[in-house]
Amino acid sequence: MHRPVHPSASAEIVELHDHVLKALREKFGEGILHSQIDYDFPVFVLKKDIIHEVLEFLKNDASMGFSFLTTMCGAHFPEQGDAEFSLMYQLHNLEKNHRIRLKIFMAEKEMTVPTITDLWAGANWMEREAFDFYGFKFSGHPDLRRILNMDEMNYHPMRKQYPLEDASRHDKDDKYFGR
Amino acid sequence: MASTVDIKEDYKPEGIEGPGFMATRLDKVVGLARANSLWPLPFATSCCGIEFMATMAANYDVARFGMERMSFSPRQADLLMVMGTISKKMGPILRQVYEQMAEPKWVLCMGACASSGGIFDTYSVLQGIDRIIPVDVYIPGCPPRPEQVLDGIMKIQELAKNEKINRRQTPEYKEMLAKYGL
Repeated sequence: MHRPVHPSASAEIVELHDHVLKALREKFGEGILHSQIDYDFPVFVLKKDIIHEVLEFLKNDASMGFSFLTTMCGAHFPEQGDAEFSLMYQLHNLEKNHRIRLKIFMAEKEMTVPTITDLWAGANWMEREAFDFYGFKFSGHPDLRRILNMDEMNYHPMRKQYPLEDASRHDKDDKYFGR
Repeated sequence: MASTVDIKEDYKPEGIEGPGFMATRLDKVVGLARANSLWPLPFATSCCGIEFMATMAANYDVARFGMERMSFSPRQADLLMVMGTISKKMGPILRQVYEQMAEPKWVLCMGACASSGGIFDTYSVLQGIDRIIPVDVYIPGCPPRPEQVLDGIMKIQELAKNEKINRRQTPEYKEMLAKYGL
């Protein structure tokens, strides 16, 4: 079993990783692309289209019990070509205090992902945030509109091709900023 | 030895005096009344707001300047104090608050963020509130000390005291507002 493990990971974390990976492999087979342990976090990289089924299984299956969605967010890695956009889901088993992380990767053309608001109502605002900053579309989301940025904004500002700095400033001389 | 200037004499405008009467210019009297009863609307969004709380409280005490009552309704406020980072999403709300204030009105802009965006040179932050509303006095600092805020307030008082009585009806004033689309 391929399993890069961070040196600080305890035996308990390794055991958790193996337990979850075994269950996922049995149920979803080739849908589980890769797994590793980052610090004290087992991380599983999945095929994009099975994300909803996997999360439903992890939430509802008695042997898993990941009842709490801690957070989810988007990320952009422009150098990764067809897998440049990523969504990360972080789950918590509150009874056993186990935490895991799931990741999916996709190209810019296929940024539609099934919503998980039917599993966790709290995902509503998290998905709106991912839409606002990266432009992910969540099919089945009840109210997918911007949440933090102003409604008039016409781009998704956390995509790496856009500059962080405000475009309307003309008083900054590049030579004072080492550019 | 402390200064012995009589505070009542110090505030007194120029005029002709006799026993039991004083004649002076109407705009001086109106200015005096306005300057010493400014009702501020604290529009505080971040750390400058915390510093303003210290200014407002007993140690520094803005009540000494006739500002005892903070007005949380723009309709009863004379002075809009903008303290803290204003995001672009907040911009229209700040503008609406300014529009709802009755004339005469002044704007005090406290701290680096409200004046210029400060360290937040980023897509989501308004790079200075003077992009959407006219500002009378800027207080530099990050955040400014209460002494600086009091100094800014006194500058506003000077403006209020010396304002021409018809300034708000002049074409120059209306033109200035029109520049901001107000």
